[in-house]
Amino acid sequence: MTQDELLVLLYKKDERAFTHLYDMYSKSLFSVIAVLVKNREEAEDVLQEVFVKIWKNFDSYHESKGRFYTWILNIARNTAIDKLRSKNFNNSQKNQPSDNFVHLLDDSNKLVNKIDTIGIQEFVKKLKPKCIQIIDLLFFKGYTQQEASEELEIPLGTVKTHNRNCINDLRNYLKV
Amino acid sequence: METKQYIASGILELYVYGLLSEPETIEVAEMAQNNIEINDEIIAIEKAIVALSSSFSPFHSVANYEKIKAKLELKQVPVIALDAKTNYVQYIGWAAAVLLLLGIGFQYNQLEQTTNQVVTITTQKQKVVNDLRDLKLQNNANQTSLAVVRDAKNTVVSLGGQAVSPASFAKIYWNQESKTVYVDAAGLPEPPKGMVYQIWALKLNPLTPTSIGLLSHFEGNNTKIFAVDAATDAQAFGITLEPAGGSVTPTMEQLYALGKV
Repeated sequence: MTQDELLVLLYKKDERAFTHLYDMYSKSLFSVIAVLVKNREEAEDVLQEVFVKIWKNFDSYHESKGRFYTWILNIARNTAIDKLRSKNFNNSQKNQPSDNFVHLLDDSNKLVNKIDTIGIQEFVKKLKPKCIQIIDLLFFKGYTQQEASEELEIPLGTVKTHNRNCINDLRNYLKV
Repeated sequence: METKQYIASGILELYVYGLLSEPETIEVAEMAQNNIEINDEIIAIEKAIVALSSSFSPFHSVANYEKIKAKLELKQVPVIALDAKTNYVQYIGWAAAVLLLLGIGFQYNQLEQTTNQVVTITTQKQKVVNDLRDLKLQNNANQTSLAVVRDAKNTVVSLGGQAVSPASFAKIYWNQESKTVYVDAAGLPEPPKGMVYQIWALKLNPLTPTSIGLLSHFEGNNTKIFAVDAATDAQAFGITLEPAGGSVTPTMEQLYALGKV
């Protein structure tokens, strides 16, 4: 199912839409949440909260304001960040800047795709460390270009193109 | 800006990540709508990043899915206690509305019945008024008949039944002064349809009948007292049954009553 087909169901408030929505995006959103919220139970709470928000606030989404995926991605990131602020603000030790999404692999038993059918995990390990960092900061953590350039100590003007090159590598691998 | 250059700038990746400002986002969304190349690029970037992030998703239990559905009340789950309350209130509301509607219906029905009663009573009253008027008319007619019959100047001629109808009889009140003639036909049977009684003043030698009128509207006349034409001199009166409109000479076979002065 494409995103456009999913949107048609969502507009109709068709309950099947929820199942499709969950199948298509729960893993992606959960990885984003898990990068930010380390505690598994809390991360799952956030995931639930995110889907409730998506479903209940769908009327406020308009295609003219961007991709549906981007909209739900922002909800996931913001909800996760709100959770961090409310619970773990004083315990920022858990959010070391060095932690990136690849660390999700550390506890490989807990991974959904123990056998990664498309082998992305292996591919990512071979990816340039700078790529992992930049995708981690921009995509997973929602850093601005400014923040990313400071964190990575690269010129502001190169952040965008740098990220694009990394995504292009990924796309070449995935053939998309 | 050249499409290729625009794509190469890396702005579309930031668009998918949700890192652009609102005006920038709207601008890219508009461009994507008008430029298939840009749109396809955005979809490809999205696919790549969704695949990447999905493959790094830690395991999360299936229970999450059911919990969310329960929270959204997408399935039958025992979370409807609050809802039941609202339903209860709703039911009361509906019940009240139904009662109100029934009440209005009942009142309307009552009104309808009362209106019908008023109409019926008005009709009955009209009927009574009509009856009274009829009675007055009847009374007048009776008074007139009585006056005719009682007149002292009357010669009363009894007409006896004849062969065709022996039980018939009639009376002629003949005012000698005004020569007016009244017929009391109460003793005659109702004429068959299309027939009418005709009154004759007779001279006997030789027998000369002169028509002095027809008893038209026989049925409608309750007193059966009829005024007919004046008779100047007559020795006898006779009543025959004739075709409607009367005849020039009496049909003697249909002589119902006859009497000498």
